[in-house]
Amino acid sequence: MRIGLFATCLGDTLFPDAVRATALLVARLGHEIVFPPDQTCCGQMHVNTGYQREPVPLVRNFAEQFGDASIDAVVMPSGSCVGCVRHQHPLVADRYGDAALRSGVAAVRDKTYELSEFLVDVLDATDVGAYFPHRVTYHPTCHSLRMLGVGDKPLRLLRAVEGIDLVELPEADACCGFGGTFAVKNAATSTAMLRDKLDHIASTDAAVCTAGDSSCLMHIGGGLSRIRSGTRTLHLAEILAATRTAPYVPLETTR
Amino acid sequence: MSSTFLGMPAAPPRSPYGAGNLRGERTFPEAAAHELGNDQLRANLHRATRTIRAKRLAVTAELPDWEELRAAGAAVKNEAMGRLPELLEQLEAKVTEAGGTVHWARDAAEANALVTELVAATGSREVIKVKSMATQEIGLNEHLESQGITAHETDLAELIVQLADDRPSHILVPAIHRNREEIRRIFLERIPGVDPGLDSVPAELAAAARAYLREKFMSVPVAVSGANFGIAETGTLSVVESEGNGRMCLTLPRTLITVMGIEKVLPRYADLEVFLQLLPRSSTGERMNPYTTLWTGVTPGDGPQDFHLVLLDNGRTAALADPIGREALNCIRCSACLNVCPVYERVGGHAYGSTYPGPIGAVLTPQLAGTHAAKNDPNASLPYASTLCGACYDACPVKIDIPSLLVELRHQTTERTGRSAERLAMKAAAAVMGRPKLYTTAQRAAAIGRIAAGRDGKISHLPPPLGGWTESRDITAPPRRTFRAWYASQEGRDALAAAAAEHPADTEMPEEER
Repeated sequence: MRIGLFATCLGDTLFPDAVRATALLVARLGHEIVFPPDQTCCGQMHVNTGYQREPVPLVRNFAEQFGDASIDAVVMPSGSCVGCVRHQHPLVADRYGDAALRSGVAAVRDKTYELSEFLVDVLDATDVGAYFPHRVTYHPTCHSLRMLGVGDKPLRLLRAVEGIDLVELPEADACCGFGGTFAVKNAATSTAMLRDKLDHIASTDAAVCTAGDSSCLMHIGGGLSRIRSGTRTLHLAEILAATRTAPYVPLETTR
Repeated sequence: MSSTFLGMPAAPPRSPYGAGNLRGERTFPEAAAHELGNDQLRANLHRATRTIRAKRLAVTAELPDWEELRAAGAAVKNEAMGRLPELLEQLEAKVTEAGGTVHWARDAAEANALVTELVAATGSREVIKVKSMATQEIGLNEHLESQGITAHETDLAELIVQLADDRPSHILVPAIHRNREEIRRIFLERIPGVDPGLDSVPAELAAAARAYLREKFMSVPVAVSGANFGIAETGTLSVVESEGNGRMCLTLPRTLITVMGIEKVLPRYADLEVFLQLLPRSSTGERMNPYTTLWTGVTPGDGPQDFHLVLLDNGRTAALADPIGREALNCIRCSACLNVCPVYERVGGHAYGSTYPGPIGAVLTPQLAGTHAAKNDPNASLPYASTLCGACYDACPVKIDIPSLLVELRHQTTERTGRSAERLAMKAAAAVMGRPKLYTTAQRAAAIGRIAAGRDGKISHLPPPLGGWTESRDITAPPRRTFRAWYASQEGRDALAAAAAEHPADTEMPEEER
């Protein structure tokens, strides 16, 4: 298949390792990666903060970049960006777009997948040949869990990783407190939520806390870093991309 | 929708500014920061919300048709909101037919005046009360007190809150923020004649309240209640409760005055089948609540002989005229969304400044009372009091999509606010992200952020308005190279080619579960 890779603005700019891992993983599974070079941002931050007129050009750009019928599926390593494409792009297009935008949005949304959905639902793969001999705990991000309903797909992928010591995170389904601009507008409440998440992660003794969304990982990782925790964050894609021949090597973050 | 929906003026009024309990004194972030400092509150909420979550999950999971029940609940409420004028007139006719008197109150002031008048007509200076959100919303107790009438709350938790001159902090568990030692002290100070040796054992505390309340039940001739449901088809009102105090209030006094929000009307008696399953399982996590009282007008010789129903608008028609408000009016006040909300769990109900706290309160309060962003209205901060995690939507027995409603409310707020620093920033961000060339330039500029990082590659302090982030979190410095730069590089091309070469045609990955 020809797979359109959407890096997400956050992944492209701040967390390229997660996007790189997604690209390498999909290529390793035998599919062609297409990276439309003019892609930017899905507009999730705008819509979630209350701005729906401003992201119209972003929604249009997304639909144009990935509208090419030769792209079989659009994959992104972010549950919340998929949630935005699926639920918010149609909303913005209906309200502030034209007929062309509405049909463009509808066509792209139906072939857009979060990474674990793509692997399990589209490729029917749970064992992707990964090797990751570390103790790992998984945080199911809210938008993956409840907006997309990915269920246990990420866990099924992780359980099939060779060498992994997967340990359950207590109160895993509780929000980490990120919520986009919530973490800034309601920083004190966000911090209270984050503290509890960090405590639960600490109780697992995991070396790595993983998730399917770099934004939540940025929040959790920022907290873990501040308290000098021994646990680090890693995107699900980075674990699934690691193999015996090409084991996980921290690139950007240890320099 | 017709703008003359209820025969109201063209622009139906919100609940007036300054009346009732639908607006706090501080914005949510300010109030929340204060409440977060209350350790007792945090501990109580932590324990209570976890207990009730587990109970709710157990009693909803055991029903094979729970999802169908939720869908039925949503459908009945949608129907009721769509036919509200006709159903309310039908309810009025049926209650009147059965010997009751129906009054219409446009807002809190009208409702308070009506109830005061009705109580005054009985000659009593006291009323006993069944726990009611509607009367809390309009500030009835405070109004009665100002008119020389004492209202006695008879629900145990409401009594605790009232005796402590406090406000409820939870729809269902109003004193969730108190512990039993605090309750012991409140009783010792405020209940006349209580045993000075009173212990903080729950049974003793309950017994002290019981003895105090029993005397009120037997002597006060007027009761004021709310209503969980009003059935248009039959004129039947219903109150659902756990302690039996409601049954006392609804049957013993000579006069009963029920204040009901107009959105509580249900079309048919048979609709109770759905809601009497949804409500107790969602609210207390019980299969059935201990007491369900149903009454229709006046039954000669049995129960209150003088029954008044006050139908309260107080912003509901305004809410009905808005697609968000209309969906929010479906709320049956079960409080499941509060109990699963990670924000509510940390800050408690008082931070919302309204009778209606938690996720549904963040939607309902601005809809009923409006927001005046220009006046720095605390209600304008409520739609942002959520991470949009979606736990509330999953829990709601009538499937109110609270996260989407919050996003819509935020949109309404920004549309009304006009120019602001935030809008300019959002516009600028969209302008950059909408132009790929500008975007890649901005990415290069962001990489300059590496300078702000320490030797460990972490940024630990950011200037306002982002300083809140670095209060408790570091930020990893921007990477040397963006993804797109790597992808376009020879290294990227080689790596992708190598990965593709790892996939021999014969190794379709077998499905394997371990």
